[in-house]
Amino acid sequence: MPVITYREALNQALREEMRRDERVFLMGEEVGLYQGAYKVSQGLLEEFGEKRVIDTPITEEAFTGVGVGAAMVGLRPVIEMMTFNFSIVAMDQIVNSAAKIRYMSGGQFKIPMVIRGPGGAAHSLAAQHSQSLEAWFCYVPGLKVVMPGVPKDAKGLLKSAIRDDNPVIFIEGELLYGTKGEVPEGEYTIPLGKADIKRKGSDVTIIAYSKMVLLAMEAAEELAKEGIEVEIVDPLTLKPLDETTILNSVRKTNRVVIVEEGWEFGGFGAQIAEIIYRKAFDYIDAPIERVAARNVPMPYAKNLEMATIPNKARVIEAVKKVLYFD
Amino acid sequence: MDSEKLIEMYRQMLLIRRFEEKAAEMYMMGKIGGFCHLYIGQEAVAVGAIAAIRKDDYVIASYREHGHALAVGTEPRRIMAELFGKATGISRGKGGSMHIFDAERNFLGGHAIVGGHIPLATGVGFAINYEGKDQVVLCFFGDGAVNTGVFHESLNLASLWKLPVIYICENNFYGMGTAVTRAMAGPEMYLKAKAYDIPGELVDGMNVLEVWEKVGKAVERARHEKIPTFLEVRTYRFRGHSMSDPALYRTKEEVNEQRKRDPIVTFKQKLIAEGILSEEKFEEMEKEIKAIVDEAVEFAEKSPEPPEEWLYEDVYA
Repeated sequence: MPVITYREALNQALREEMRRDERVFLMGEEVGLYQGAYKVSQGLLEEFGEKRVIDTPITEEAFTGVGVGAAMVGLRPVIEMMTFNFSIVAMDQIVNSAAKIRYMSGGQFKIPMVIRGPGGAAHSLAAQHSQSLEAWFCYVPGLKVVMPGVPKDAKGLLKSAIRDDNPVIFIEGELLYGTKGEVPEGEYTIPLGKADIKRKGSDVTIIAYSKMVLLAMEAAEELAKEGIEVEIVDPLTLKPLDETTILNSVRKTNRVVIVEEGWEFGGFGAQIAEIIYRKAFDYIDAPIERVAARNVPMPYAKNLEMATIPNKARVIEAVKKVLYFD
Repeated sequence: MDSEKLIEMYRQMLLIRRFEEKAAEMYMMGKIGGFCHLYIGQEAVAVGAIAAIRKDDYVIASYREHGHALAVGTEPRRIMAELFGKATGISRGKGGSMHIFDAERNFLGGHAIVGGHIPLATGVGFAINYEGKDQVVLCFFGDGAVNTGVFHESLNLASLWKLPVIYICENNFYGMGTAVTRAMAGPEMYLKAKAYDIPGELVDGMNVLEVWEKVGKAVERARHEKIPTFLEVRTYRFRGHSMSDPALYRTKEEVNEQRKRDPIVTFKQKLIAEGILSEEKFEEMEKEIKAIVDEAVEFAEKSPEPPEEWLYEDVYA
């Protein structure tokens, strides 16, 4: 299998879907002439022209609404947020228009639209450019939320998201763009709403998504040296969540650690923990541990930033805690 | 304009007026819940503007949209049933007064965050150009929306991208209880079009023919030259902001003065003076419309509530 970057995988997905369906277009800040702030749209303007690769002014609320309006009348917009931090400005369009028009109209309209771009912590970008907002989107009925961690998933899921008839929030990892991985040759898609077992193990289940999958893999390798076999479940799609795969793993290992880059308080991991407690309480041998960002705005200083986001040592500590190793 | 079209415009305005009066009555009886924003006084705006477009053009409006839905031809009984929260409502009882949608008639809704639907209209204009079509979009909103960021962002994009959208501000002089003069720097709002290098015009919203004519010109520009327009249409709502608003922020004298401009009364006088319709014909039309509105209420009353199985339907496609 060819090895490509996460960025290239996304680029391939966009290119393939734009070739496949004339109604798909890409709109956002710097997506065209500049070739994308993170180069995800590299070369797309050359191939598809200004009609389908549209540079916008800095006007997130308006161009997100433009996407919703275009979707209402039959197009399939891909709206790029230069980073998901800027989606906060467009929240009214995402929450009140994209997510709700189908319901409010009694099913008369559908909104086949992808809102995509990088999220999560990045290096030394400080509080306004370094945060994980997935829990906000997961809260809203009508939205789907996808967060791939490796190139193969990024490509297959983006293709499915573009073909989906609902608004899909597709959050890429800002620090993942340069990471590499094997990607199948030729056409493939990965269904939304289906989790993936990233590593098989019998002692403890780690549930992690996006960049935290890589962290969990590193921790698992180190733990394996101590004879601890970790199973890693990557939900891939946070909403709708594949509860079955998560619960099956939990029923097998009886111990759970949830790793997320978002804030601990009200974070998405709390929802996963709630589902496990409610549906697999009798299978749990230790209180669920959560590893998440500290409840502070992201600090600039490197050491403080590292102290905020989850790291390998914290994941290992959490695993040992649920195994009652002291 | 031929007299048949004039009569039809009058008929539509009267239908909206009587429909809204009945809605107020039903609200007072507790048959309609939530917020209910009546269009009484503003009828000439929706009717005149929508008379200027084709069936395949698009219309989108704010939460004061019963009149626009009636003007595009949505059945009165389906709207009344929606207000009653019934299964037969046009939005299956899930939208209510503020969220009337009619996909079949290209009516893109009823939206209840002030200004929030203006970028949607812009996106529909984008889609029309994308597909190489010649339709246009009429986007209706109130004076309050002109102070929101998305109004300005949308006009910027519409001008930049040459979108066939006509932005129609129905200036009724109050954003809820706050007078335009207390809310807007530069209250001659049609002048704001200049900032975006598009045509802006002032329209008398109490004169249905003037609305029809000026919107018509904007529609031609949009359809054939891809030039968007911003129209400030001056009108007045004779009732409060919503049914729960006694409108204590304005004087009775002011309201009475405005009522002299009643678009339905003045248009009727014109039609009589020009011998287009006789008093007897008006009487007949009143009766016919009363029957339609009464039937709409009866239909809504008799319709079942949406079944609970519908709760989870329509969240996802």
